[in-house]
Amino acid sequence: MDVFLLILRRDLKIAFRRWGELATPLIFFVIVASLFPLALSPEEAQLRASGTGFLWIAALLSSLLALDGLFRNDLQDGSMEQLALSPAPLALIVLAKTLAHWLVSGVPLLVLAPFLALSFYLPVEALPTLVGALALATPTLSVLAALGAALTVSVRGGGAIIGLLVLPLTAPVLIFGARATDLAVHGESTLGPLYLLAALAVLALSLGPLACAAALRVGLE
Amino acid sequence: MGLVRWFHSLASPPHFYRFARRLSPWLAVSSVVLIVAGVFGGLVLAPPDYLQGDGFRIIYVHVPSAYVGMLAYVVLAGAAAIGFVWRIKLAHAVAVSVAPVGASFTFLALVTGAIWGKPMWGTYWEWADARLVFELLLLFLFLGYMVLRAAIEDRDKADRVSAILAAVGVINVPIIHYSVEWWSTLHQGPTIARLDSPAITLDMLVPLLIVIVGFTVYFAWLVICRLQGEVLERERTARWVQQLLAERAE
Repeated sequence: MDVFLLILRRDLKIAFRRWGELATPLIFFVIVASLFPLALSPEEAQLRASGTGFLWIAALLSSLLALDGLFRNDLQDGSMEQLALSPAPLALIVLAKTLAHWLVSGVPLLVLAPFLALSFYLPVEALPTLVGALALATPTLSVLAALGAALTVSVRGGGAIIGLLVLPLTAPVLIFGARATDLAVHGESTLGPLYLLAALAVLALSLGPLACAAALRVGLE
Repeated sequence: MGLVRWFHSLASPPHFYRFARRLSPWLAVSSVVLIVAGVFGGLVLAPPDYLQGDGFRIIYVHVPSAYVGMLAYVVLAGAAAIGFVWRIKLAHAVAVSVAPVGASFTFLALVTGAIWGKPMWGTYWEWADARLVFELLLLFLFLGYMVLRAAIEDRDKADRVSAILAAVGVINVPIIHYSVEWWSTLHQGPTIARLDSPAITLDMLVPLLIVIVGFTVYFAWLVICRLQGEVLERERTARWVQQLLAERAE
């Protein structure tokens, strides 16, 4: 547990010192979300009907972008090897790193999303569900993106491949998340999809770090 | 005991190579016989469907290829996991050989599904159809596996990293399947996998089952053929391959 907190604190400190890297995925999220109305149409009915979809796609892409470099800096300066050699389980370290990354990239997204949703004319009553669904979905997305980053550590310039590996796996998150938001917009009960999102998050958080750690160990050899 | 020992000996590449060479003509002949018999039964003997007319007959290509595509992913993930856990090189070779074959069958299922969709739904592609979307995502999983392998130069590393991806994928396949199914319910319900009484007459069902078995054997044959090449390439510096080459040269 000490190791977990230590890594968490270290990664948060590094992230805040490189605020440019920190801000990029968030700005990306806002830009992508604001390009959708330009590409489709600014009509209120259209935006209200597809606004939730825009937000989910933008969140998906920005979380992928954010985690591309999750292990890269540590690999380049050799600290990843040291972490892998430490007696603490590598999966725990990976979990701490993923959590740190989620705190600096996922949580601001939760704060930004309601404002974008309001600009798409989504009803105010749907906002708590939107934030709740994003809060349940972004950890799963972070774990999947971390897995993509771990699988491609031995690929030179692996950034582009990560999307190809991870995006098909994110389909369930997208389906349940968009469904929950959609139900909330129409004023119906959203518990079903939210429970399923929570189940996916539990599955991803329990098994994902193990797979990440295995992939990192192979990549480090 | 004898069977177990025989099975273990298969993990040794030279044994396996000889076994595969003996097996592949049998697979080839039986797959051709089964597919020809099933297609004849399906296209000639089976009555036309009272709703879809003769249009339903594409089922004899569509359903077997969709089934083999899914089977291929399970075989791929199973072989890759065996290779990862017990470090059996042959198992990794199986996974490598299965991937393009499985992707091709999945692609075939998508194309035949689209061709079928045009007369039945009036459109080639129907986003609301869960199984088409699932097949598409399955194709992406195959492609992701192949791209990841191609991107890693070291073969041993590529074997093990892609095995992790395949294992994660196979855990996700049922989740993707059910989420997509839940997301849309437009597609016609399952016709074969109902235990009580199939919603399809025996004249139509029996040829379909024969074609499914035929496609499975055909899949096994394709994999065995690719596998022989893969094993030879991996073992190209081994003495048994050199001996084989010398024998061929004579």
